[in-house]
Amino acid sequence: MAFESLADRLQETFKKIRGKGKVSEADVKEMTREVRLALLEADVNFKVVKDFINKVKERAVGQEVLKSLTPGQQVIKVVQDELTELMGSEVSKLKIAQKPPTVIMLVGLQGAGKTTTTGKLANYVRKQLNKNPLLVAADVYRPAAIKQLETLGKQLNMPVFSLGDQANPVDIAKQGLEKAKADHHDIVFIDTAGRLHIDEAMMEELRQIKAAVNPDEVILVVDAMTGQDAVNVAESFNESLDITGVILTKLDADTRGGAALSVKAVTGKPIKFAATGEKLDALEPFYPDRMASRILGMGDVLSLIEKAQASVDEEKAKEMEKKLRDLSFTLDDFLDQLAQIRKMGPLEDLLAMMPGMNKVKGLKNVKIDEKQLSHIEAIIRSMTPQEKADPDIINASRKKRIANGSGTSIQDVNRLLKQFKDMKKMMKQMMGMTKGKKKKGLFNLPFM
Amino acid sequence: MSFFKKLKEKLAGQKESVTSKFKDGLSKTRHSVAQKVNNLVKRYRKVDEEFFEELEEILITADVGVHTVMDLIDELKDQARSRNIKETSELQDVIIEVLAKMLTKDEEETKLRLNPDGTTVILMVGVNGVGKTTTIGKLANRFKQEGKSVLLAAGDTFRAGAIDQLEVWGKRAGVDVIKHQEGSDPAAVIYDALQAAKSRKVDVLICDTAGRLQNKVNLMKELEKVKRVISREFPGAPHEVLLALDATTGQNALSQAKEFGKATDVTGIVLTKLDGTAKGGIVFAIRHELDLPVKFVTLGEGIDDIQPFDADAFVYGLFSEMMTEAGGDAE
Repeated sequence: MAFESLADRLQETFKKIRGKGKVSEADVKEMTREVRLALLEADVNFKVVKDFINKVKERAVGQEVLKSLTPGQQVIKVVQDELTELMGSEVSKLKIAQKPPTVIMLVGLQGAGKTTTTGKLANYVRKQLNKNPLLVAADVYRPAAIKQLETLGKQLNMPVFSLGDQANPVDIAKQGLEKAKADHHDIVFIDTAGRLHIDEAMMEELRQIKAAVNPDEVILVVDAMTGQDAVNVAESFNESLDITGVILTKLDADTRGGAALSVKAVTGKPIKFAATGEKLDALEPFYPDRMASRILGMGDVLSLIEKAQASVDEEKAKEMEKKLRDLSFTLDDFLDQLAQIRKMGPLEDLLAMMPGMNKVKGLKNVKIDEKQLSHIEAIIRSMTPQEKADPDIINASRKKRIANGSGTSIQDVNRLLKQFKDMKKMMKQMMGMTKGKKKKGLFNLPFM
Repeated sequence: MSFFKKLKEKLAGQKESVTSKFKDGLSKTRHSVAQKVNNLVKRYRKVDEEFFEELEEILITADVGVHTVMDLIDELKDQARSRNIKETSELQDVIIEVLAKMLTKDEEETKLRLNPDGTTVILMVGVNGVGKTTTIGKLANRFKQEGKSVLLAAGDTFRAGAIDQLEVWGKRAGVDVIKHQEGSDPAAVIYDALQAAKSRKVDVLICDTAGRLQNKVNLMKELEKVKRVISREFPGAPHEVLLALDATTGQNALSQAKEFGKATDVTGIVLTKLDGTAKGGIVFAIRHELDLPVKFVTLGEGIDDIQPFDADAFVYGLFSEMMTEAGGDAE
């Protein structure tokens, strides 16, 4: 993360206060100043921050913080409560028409990611809601925008309706809807061209499309890295089109995403989804409470837990535990475990989600090389079953073969074998420790 | 002589079109910032803490960034103290002077570095959706009109339709595009383009790359590789590594400039989409914290909607309203 977390900053402030024995109103002011800076650095709009701070101050100056023995934590709690209230706490679902087809229109500035999001959202409703979508290419302005949607359609094996880039977008939308009805698609996505919210002629075009197809959802696509201008954009699009929701894109960047708060505050419309990667399945329902934590830099523990739950096979986990206990853990199991971890997504993402990770020295800017993991996998896969079960039999000539087979060097193989040995040794000690504890209450860790 | 007078004289020799383009594109910025400063000056007669707080607000709302704003405010406070300024109307000039000084350091550094004896290789990098491909189209057209031979390399092999998009721009500008299939190795496309540039002896080769978020390690490594391939084939190249930056981007722009800088030694910035309501204040923050010059700004969807960055014109556009008002004494 590019910014120090609010928790870290408040900690600094509290250090100054600690000696005083009593927290004054001035101290609270100092603390809310830190909150203000954190929010501004997270790109929350200035006015939104101002209103927000006033609310926090009101509550913080009230008895609950001043009398508390841990004012720091109290302030964070107040801030988080207020943030969650502002962001909303419910996950907002897509509105589905009672009488199909459901019509969903995507709008936004240039480069926000409308076309890619259209593909992702269509993929999502097909997978999660069992829908049969039609994509309508109504961006006739940007070169190759239609081609882009068509390519996405091909990747997803989904039909795309287009009339070329000489047709009128309103006609395209209308005929697209007709086509959907004729072909019994129960959901239609209309991808519109990116435009500036101050471009009256282009905004009028959107109003005409909206009037022509009467969409169930008009979704504003917003780049999570947007700065202070997010409020102007959201306000204009909302006034012009009465949007029904927002999708936040590029949330996998190292941005705090304060734009989310700004957009919610000025439009009052829910953020429905977040796009979090380059792949077509990188779209998730938006969890407002988790976003609140992210903006403040408090880690996204819930997402992490959920990710882990979704990816780790419970059966396998139990089996692993047993193996660990009776020390029959082999290189094969090691490989298995690696695969499980990798299923959870890029390791950096996982680290970033853990609170306090910013504070751990050396971990702040840690970049985990996924290639390294691939090397380890390749090495283990190049071993024979006997070698995997009993690495002790791996002699020099076997090492040479393994290195050749995996495209690595003998040093790499040696390193892995040593790591595995150390790991086993450590496990043994841990097991011994728990056993020893029961028996004699003694530890046998080397440093004790 | 007042600051505005000096600026006006300096700009007098410039082509009207350049400044008016900036004025058009920046009219929103100008309205908001200049008007606010004006209002501010009118509202507060005295230079006091409250005045500075409001000024801070204006700059923050322009995405200048909290740290940069604080430094600016400190500097202004110092200036006000040392020049013994008590009335806000006097401070108006100082505000603009400080801002302009921050952007204008050396005029040479905002110019493109061209290779005098052979092909100039330009590498375009940036996150997704900032307008790299569009900017390349505009740049190609610009070079073409200067009478240079131009070749484009379709290095974005990842995003659907990116190659076609660059080809459309190539056609519009009347320049060739070297491409492979979607999904192929970008370094290989760039390699082929470099060979083609050599044999055709083109003046300028512009390499497109796929948009990538700066925190994706593997993708940034891929970019490093592309740059390595260029340097290996053309010693001294790339002569420019331009980072396309969306003017609507908030504080993350700094992180983008930092990380892309680490991976590819960015030499300059193209600030895109300045025709919206975004204030482009990140220019100050990037200059202040990373000392990276802005080389171009883009202001629309037309093929000629690109201008070399001119700090004077930028400031002129930003504050031209104030200039006419303050310029009353200049007539």
